[in-house]
Amino acid sequence: MQFPLAGALTATQQRSRAWLTQLRIQARRPGDLLFRSLIILFVVTVIGVVVGVAWVLLSSSLPTIRTFGLNFLRYNAFDPVHNLYGVSPAIFGTLVTSAIALILALPIGIGTAIFLVDFCPRRLRAPIAFLVDALAAIPSVVIGLWGFLVFAPWLQHTGEPWLQQHFGFLPFFQGQPQGVGLLAAGLILTFMILPIITAITREVMLVVPVSQREAMLALGATRWEVIRYAVLPFARVGIAGAAILGLGRALGETIAVTLVIGNQAAPPSASLFNTGYTLASVIANQFGEATPGLFISAVMEAGLILLILTLITNIFARLLVARLGHGRVRKVVI
Amino acid sequence: MVQTPTSHVTESTEHMADESVNSHIAVVLAPIKMQALNLNIYYDDNHAINNVSIEIPERQVTALMGPSGCGKSTFLRALNRMHDLTPSARVTGIVKLDGQDIYAPDMDIVRLRQRVGMVFQRPNPFPKSIFENVAYGLKVQGGHSAQQMKETVERSLRGAALWDEVKDRLHASALSLSGGQQQRLCIARALAVEPEVILMDEPCSALDPIATLKIEQLIDMLKQRYTIAIVTHNLQQAGRISQYTGFFLTGNLIEFAPTTQIFSRPQDKRTEDFITGRFG
Ligand SMILES: Nc1ncnc2c1ncn2[C@@H]1O[C@H](COP(=O)(O)OP(=O)(O)O)[C@@H](O)[C@H]1O
Ligand SMILES: [Mg+2]
Repeated sequence: MQFPLAGALTATQQRSRAWLTQLRIQARRPGDLLFRSLIILFVVTVIGVVVGVAWVLLSSSLPTIRTFGLNFLRYNAFDPVHNLYGVSPAIFGTLVTSAIALILALPIGIGTAIFLVDFCPRRLRAPIAFLVDALAAIPSVVIGLWGFLVFAPWLQHTGEPWLQQHFGFLPFFQGQPQGVGLLAAGLILTFMILPIITAITREVMLVVPVSQREAMLALGATRWEVIRYAVLPFARVGIAGAAILGLGRALGETIAVTLVIGNQAAPPSASLFNTGYTLASVIANQFGEATPGLFISAVMEAGLILLILTLITNIFARLLVARLGHGRVRKVVI
Repeated sequence: MVQTPTSHVTESTEHMADESVNSHIAVVLAPIKMQALNLNIYYDDNHAINNVSIEIPERQVTALMGPSGCGKSTFLRALNRMHDLTPSARVTGIVKLDGQDIYAPDMDIVRLRQRVGMVFQRPNPFPKSIFENVAYGLKVQGGHSAQQMKETVERSLRGAALWDEVKDRLHASALSLSGGQQQRLCIARALAVEPEVILMDEPCSALDPIATLKIEQLIDMLKQRYTIAIVTHNLQQAGRISQYTGFFLTGNLIEFAPTTQIFSRPQDKRTEDFITGRFG
């Protein structure tokens, strides 16, 4: 008699369980529906904003595109009086300042991360990491003010003359030290992207498996060789990602750069002491005065070009990361 | 050359004569390659290895067994100073390699780790090609020609009984190998820097029985040229591959003896309990 009874109980249980499950599924459905609709709404919003911005930029820059065509990229004036517009100095300034920032911030950031992860005494680790993060938290207008009031004058009287004295044979450090200029902007950008690069590099170094470090160590590698041959190769995709984020910020940074770059196109030369402007700073500077017509269209086109430049760097960087990721195993070259 | 069951070292031979009557065993007859004397290891306040003294004979397989968490890995990692990497770990006592204290201040740690290689519990190849994995130790050392590297890679892969399986795809990713092959690759990688001692920490615990068998055969082959210390919590494995066995329990070396003796006539009740499967 026990057997059928057990069977009956099980059947009842099964039925009630199935019923409960159904109930749960039904109860879940409106939520599912709501959730899905919300997600789709968000995605559409994001896409809409991107497309909308691009569209507005494109349509408002049509007048200058029609008038100047590709010459807009070549002309170096931003001259409302003669109605002549071109962004070649701004593109130049954007690329140069971002390049300075990346070239300096990458080694410093990676070095700081290595120090924090591998060499820093345990007690100092948290405070130093906090300081680095705090640097990221300073509003860019404050950095810009500091750059304009403190850093640029220092550059003018101490930094740039020193560079000129010791590296004056390089074309980059010739000409009149003025403080504000491409170098000042590049250095300010360095300070601004340093925390991102340091923080991300530190994070990716921390997730390198201990087993990789141990494997290297057990082969008779020094601490430095462990970092060089086991940690950095493992972390390089993440570090490339950090560089991209930093570059993105450097390309688009506006207010701090506007405050220290001088906002005046100098005659073309390789000197980093020159003043100049970037695409972002030209927009910030000119937008207030822009009058309808070609002027405002020129400002809009500068924005469009900045957007395209950022997109191109992003795509390029993504390809780079993908290649680094897959390229982990290459044919050895010895 | 004497090991008491409670892991206190008896240093003089008279002692040995005296106490061998009382179940003390003259253990190692082969030349001694490595030796630990009154080794203590702490993780912060956790006393993980308690006054262990042991002798690792040259060109023999020494198995270290015991239940999980008894300190086998901790002990093994002291033999090539892997604990230097762990900030909380503290080591006291003496570990000798060919009579030289490896914890002496003038020890060249890099050279030490080349002489005393290590194979880990989970295969940990670098995310690189098979060739690069084996050549990596030499690459880091520098000063080897391409030809030398190729020869070393082939010799090491042959030494690790992996050559025939991978010779046609040396430039494929090491991660494309099976777990057992990866572990043999790690052994080949260790062999490439020409160690004298190879420490293995449960090298088969992540592998299936067939891969395990291959590694065991390999270990048997390797002992002709290398001194091997292997951690295992697998009794049968210790019995199959080792000539000497040490039994650890909660940080103490309970018994150390030729493997046949440990399995046939254990001197300590706790060893016997472990071997007969009463705990562990
Ligand atoms: N890195 C570490 N930090 C702190 N405690 C550890 C660490 N590694 C091991 N231990 C402790 O040391 C003891 C011995 O561990 P272990 O040597 O790994 O044992 P086994 O290898 O025999 O399983 C355990 O109590 C373990 O918790
Ligand atoms: Mg272990």
